[in-house]
Amino acid sequence: MHDVGKSFYGVSVLSNVDIDVYPGEVHAVVGENGAGKSTLMKIASGVHQPDSGSLRIAGEPVVLHNPREAQAAGVGIIHQEFNLLPERTVAENVFLGREPTRRGLVDRRAMRARTAELLASVGAETVRPTDRVGQLGVAQQQVVEIVKALSLDARILIMDEPTAALADHEVELLYALVRRLQARGIGILYVSHRLAEVFDLSSRITVLKDGRRVVTVDTADATPEALVRHMVGRELASYYPPKAGAPGAALVTLAGAGNGRLRPIDLELRSGEVLGVGGLQGSGRSALARALFGVESFTAGQMTLDGKPVRPRSPRQAVRAGIAYVTEDRKGEGLALSQSVLDNALLASRAATPRWFGGGARTTSVRALLAAVEVHAAGVDQEVRYLSGGNQQKVVLARWLAMAPRVLLFDEPTRGIDVGAKAAIHELIRDLADKGAAVLMISSELPELLGMSDRIVVMRDGALAGELPGDASEEAVLSLATGTPHEVPA
Amino acid sequence: MTTLTARRPRIDSTNGVWLALGMTLIIGGILVATDGGSLFGQNSTVSLLQRAAGLGIVAVGQTFAILAGSLDLSVAYVISLTSLIAAETMAGSDGRVLPAILAVVAVSGAIGLVNGLLITKLRINAFIATLGVGLLIKGYLEQGYAGPAGSVPVSFQHLGYDRVGPVPVAFLLFIGVAAVAWVVINRSRFGHHLIATGGDLDVARLSGVRTDWVLIRTHVICSLCAGIAGLYLASRLGAGAPRVGAEGGYDLESIAAVVLGGTVLAGGKGGVAGTVGGVLLLAVIDGIFNQLAVDPFFKQVVRGVVIVAAVAIYAMRLRRKVVRKAAA
Repeated sequence: MHDVGKSFYGVSVLSNVDIDVYPGEVHAVVGENGAGKSTLMKIASGVHQPDSGSLRIAGEPVVLHNPREAQAAGVGIIHQEFNLLPERTVAENVFLGREPTRRGLVDRRAMRARTAELLASVGAETVRPTDRVGQLGVAQQQVVEIVKALSLDARILIMDEPTAALADHEVELLYALVRRLQARGIGILYVSHRLAEVFDLSSRITVLKDGRRVVTVDTADATPEALVRHMVGRELASYYPPKAGAPGAALVTLAGAGNGRLRPIDLELRSGEVLGVGGLQGSGRSALARALFGVESFTAGQMTLDGKPVRPRSPRQAVRAGIAYVTEDRKGEGLALSQSVLDNALLASRAATPRWFGGGARTTSVRALLAAVEVHAAGVDQEVRYLSGGNQQKVVLARWLAMAPRVLLFDEPTRGIDVGAKAAIHELIRDLADKGAAVLMISSELPELLGMSDRIVVMRDGALAGELPGDASEEAVLSLATGTPHEVPA
Repeated sequence: MTTLTARRPRIDSTNGVWLALGMTLIIGGILVATDGGSLFGQNSTVSLLQRAAGLGIVAVGQTFAILAGSLDLSVAYVISLTSLIAAETMAGSDGRVLPAILAVVAVSGAIGLVNGLLITKLRINAFIATLGVGLLIKGYLEQGYAGPAGSVPVSFQHLGYDRVGPVPVAFLLFIGVAAVAWVVINRSRFGHHLIATGGDLDVARLSGVRTDWVLIRTHVICSLCAGIAGLYLASRLGAGAPRVGAEGGYDLESIAAVVLGGTVLAGGKGGVAGTVGGVLLLAVIDGIFNQLAVDPFFKQVVRGVVIVAAVAIYAMRLRRKVVRKAAA
């Protein structure tokens, strides 16, 4: 891609970017959200057309008007959010848009056979072509995405944040898969926020910032510190804010609390403390947060808040009790995407204390909160969908801060958020704990879990697998999460 | 291993309607029998299947639209319009049957094309676009026709009145249309793309499916089905009737039949087999109440209850499935 530029609604999001990828190479693209990575990838995959510049594949200039043409040219893309139909089978998803036909009808037998071959070629025999995609786990769905790209004989594969939804042990499988593709001579453009995996996988790294290419370096010559400096334009002295000295009193206690998905759990959330919750996807981490917040409430055991027994049966009751929940599904459950920043931030306050008149003071205070958490938006009336992930998360946070909660539940608070905004979210979380709130933070990202938590509990199969101090090792968390002995981390 | 599991029948909302149909037939049969009549007699069966045929053909078309995540509210007026076109073109002459059919195909296809273009190119919501087109046709009909017009030759009335044993030819036509639709939806590329488009427009588009083209074809098919129903009604009535579609409630009833059949109103899941079940269920309920000579207003109430209850059951099942999945 040469000299590629693109602007939306008069705002230039990409200008004069050059990037190239060789067969069998993993070329990583890093940059903060809003740096233009996604736009660049969408241009490469034919979703958007560049306003300027040109694309060449194997030396031939190409113009990609739509995804179909990109596919035909050998460009496959694996999106951050999966592009699969949960109601359809693996084979139907893989061959969507290119179903093989025989005598005018779809040749389902050939489709299944070819899908099985492709699955076998990436070592994923556990996935069957006839499985319904919605019944597969996240990692398996990603395999389906990759197989879908391979079925196109993709020569260039674009992977946009491929590990965002994966638990740590699944990431290993993805690594193996990427290396296998590399060995086949497929060129991979690998977009990620996670520098560790960029260093593990790539041979070259391109840093984008504000729609421009800052630098392209050989991975061997790069250091994480230098990359971060390029990405944010400053050194991040420390990734994580200092931890709490001594935790305060227990604010929430669970005694044998459980429900259909959770085995009886004994747990304390303490004032001033960040309690990290580790574990694999589906281990019950989110179920715990959702039970505390009354989404799918506890059906057994005791829950007390401030020594008084409570059992929120709905989010409304939980909010009234002073509990806030920042969901992992920001776009689905966290925000009304087509509403304004202000409306989103006011959502909880309006629901809790509806009033016809005198809402002005409330609006003023929420505006102040939005400013305090440093939401960068064109204005409070901007639709929240146009904000970057980090800014969206800050809007969610401002909404809860308006309720002055005493207990905050964060589920993957920095998923899909860039390095700079991540640090800001971490500081906000720590700040809340310092002011006396009890914080529960679920994270699949081990450095975050270890860097933020004063105390860590690890979940497995709907139960607490164990508790660790805040300075535990990654191996200790993993071995609890996977149930393997310490010596053999998964 | 794969071939075996592939053949395993899946129990989902589309076969739930057949269960409901069976139960309704049994309970209804008993009720009618205790009342001294017979639900399964020659006359009542024939009229039941006759009723099902017209709605059924429309509902098959509607299944396409709904599966694609769209909807067509213009069908009722398309039926009226095409019944008139058919009868007026034929004007009682045997030789003009073929031109009449071609005219109906052309006009209904063109209306579908307009619907599809409005929805895809002007990005008008399907509800509004098809409602608008429907009202446009309605205006034309009301301005141009006071009552029935044209006449259908006796040869063409075979479609409306002949039968094979107890089964009306029109019902066979309905089953034929449904069978073709089943093949198209389940076995053709277009069908795969249709369901993908309804399941997730963006996913389909990013996979290289030309979603606009899919939606346009879908609406052409839906209108063509309404046109076929118009031909049938013209044959049945012996003339074209400007209000036959709207008075028959073919727009909302066809949607109801599709939803009863387990097709998700938002699209992407379901099929034509369920729709056939939904149409039969509505016809059987009608038949039972006719036999029992129940107040027609009460009949409407019961239909409403059945439709709401069916959708509620599907929604409940779906929720249970989601919970199970999350727990796994």
